Amino acid sequence: MTIAIATPTPRPLLKSELLSARALVRDYPVGGEIVRAVRGIDLEVTAGEYVAIVGPSGCGKSTLLNLLGAIDRPTSGTVAIRALNVGAMTDTQATLFRLHNIGFVFQRFYLMPTLSARENVELPMAEAGVRSAERATRAHELLEYVGLADRERHRPTQLSGGEQQRVAIARALANRPALLLADEPTGELDAHTGAEIIGLFGRLNAKGTTIIVVTHDEELAAAAARVIHMRDGRIIADETRRRA
Amino acid sequence: MLRRLAFASLTRRRARSLLAVMGVAVSGALLLDMVMLAGGMRDSFRKLLLVRGFQLRIAPKGTLPFDTQATIGQASEIIATLRTNPDIVAISPILGLKLRVPNRNVTTVAIGLDGDVQADYELLSGRPVGGTDRIVANQAFADATHSRLGDTLVVALGYDTPRRRLVIAGIGRFFYTAAGEAVVAVPLATLQATGGSATADRVSLFMARARDGVDPDVVRQWIEQRIPRISAISTGTALKQFDQRMGYFRQLAVILGSISLGVGFLLVTTLVTVSVNERVGEIAVMRAIGVSRQHVVEQIVLEGVALALAGTVLGMGLGLITARAFNAILSDFPGLPAAFQFFVFRPRDAYAAMSMLAAAGALAGIYPAWRAASLPVADTLHGEAIA
Repeated sequence: MTIAIATPTPRPLLKSELLSARALVRDYPVGGEIVRAVRGIDLEVTAGEYVAIVGPSGCGKSTLLNLLGAIDRPTSGTVAIRALNVGAMTDTQATLFRLHNIGFVFQRFYLMPTLSARENVELPMAEAGVRSAERATRAHELLEYVGLADRERHRPTQLSGGEQQRVAIARALANRPALLLADEPTGELDAHTGAEIIGLFGRLNAKGTTIIVVTHDEELAAAAARVIHMRDGRIIADETRRRA
Repeated sequence: MLRRLAFASLTRRRARSLLAVMGVAVSGALLLDMVMLAGGMRDSFRKLLLVRGFQLRIAPKGTLPFDTQATIGQASEIIATLRTNPDIVAISPILGLKLRVPNRNVTTVAIGLDGDVQADYELLSGRPVGGTDRIVANQAFADATHSRLGDTLVVALGYDTPRRRLVIAGIGRFFYTAAGEAVVAVPLATLQATGGSATADRVSLFMARARDGVDPDVVRQWIEQRIPRISAISTGTALKQFDQRMGYFRQLAVILGSISLGVGFLLVTTLVTVSVNERVGEIAVMRAIGVSRQHVVEQIVLEGVALALAGTVLGMGLGLITARAFNAILSDFPGLPAAFQFFVFRPRDAYAAMSMLAAAGALAGIYPAWRAASLPVADTLHGEAIA
């Protein structure tokens, strides 16, 4: 059997804009009042970019990431990924879209504790209907890529925090997403382990994976080519810089 | 993969799942017992009536067989009338009396019958009822009188009635007598004679067998028209009367069965709901990474079904054991034929109980599955992160 890739490679990307958000607003009703978490954000991300979104707690970073990842709907405004308005999708359409186009990495890893590392990586592929043998091979390749080939039978509880996050990254890459979204991926890790994850993101981006990461971690933000600063639900600065 | 996740979720908290399975097993056992009770008594009664293929009972007018001490006179005349109907292929007259065995100080049930056409006992050893003095006794009688096959006993109807000598020719198992009750089968004419003029040419009951392919109720109607002083009862009408008399047992069984089903349902719902509540973060992540609502629902419903099925399988075994124990207790009820069973196992009952519990398990999973599928992904993840 032939496996299409040996290392995670994103689908062919559009040269231009991969993601576009226009006048994005997200309100939450809290205690009878409306709290505006995101206040009219405009944002474009092109394929292959590595973007860090930084800002103080409660400034709307994670809410923005959820909107960009189609796991939340904007109160107003639009989010388009690959020219598809994800905000207008039904739940079923959005779920399918996420499955095939977006990889998520969370601060708390959120691996299925009852599944092994390999089974966790296989989960999105199983949902996408990938055959068992192909799933196993690709999961192995992905775990090898993140340096955990020898731990694929281990359960999450048998892995360190850094290892769990690497499994979570392998899971996010399982269906070759166009976009990798990470919410505080080093938030629960020590400096050394966090550095490993930063390095892994760097390698992935170098291979062409588009990454948007929400972080408080200055080192992680420093690794990104573009840093978006948010405050009170707005983008206050958007700087593009050359990586060291 | 979803099946794997469902089973893994159940084995994650093994003690809790095991307790739930045991709870479902208890409710499944009770459900099976109630299903067995609801249909079993009737089935057992029907089998008892048809043990030798006699579909008709003929009793004194307005009575049920052996319901009263009433007897039918001019029995030989009735037999002659019945024999005129070609659809009646066998007639078994029966007289029931109490006999004393004075020198053993034992009183026994005596059934006068025609040894060639009888439907009251199954011969276990020796020879059948015959001649004028050859009787068949059950083991309880032999034990009570300390007698054995071949022994001769002196019997009498009352204290001042003539005595007769009878020989125990055979040991048999009687279909319609209670467990432990001493009983002997005696040649009909001998028993009638023992009773003197009070029982001469009288019987308590006739059993009749209709020809194969003939509706027994048609024969029953014919008998009642031709012999107005008797009541004829077919197996069908006997079962109807049984249903009327024992209806409350069935109702009780249905009520208790429904309660046990409800308890099983609530157990599974509670356990799966608790399990889902513990895993909202995981479920939200599954949804975030692209697992469809349908698959989340399937996984959780599968958990409910798996719990219910595991409990059901255990419950079937437990139900059979408890049914046997209940049967042993209830079969000792005075006056009930020993062969009568309250709980009769029929595969269809087991299938019915299993299907009902499995369906209850699936239904039990629907509420928590709906809750899980309805989780707002972003809000749940946010809540989990704060927690």
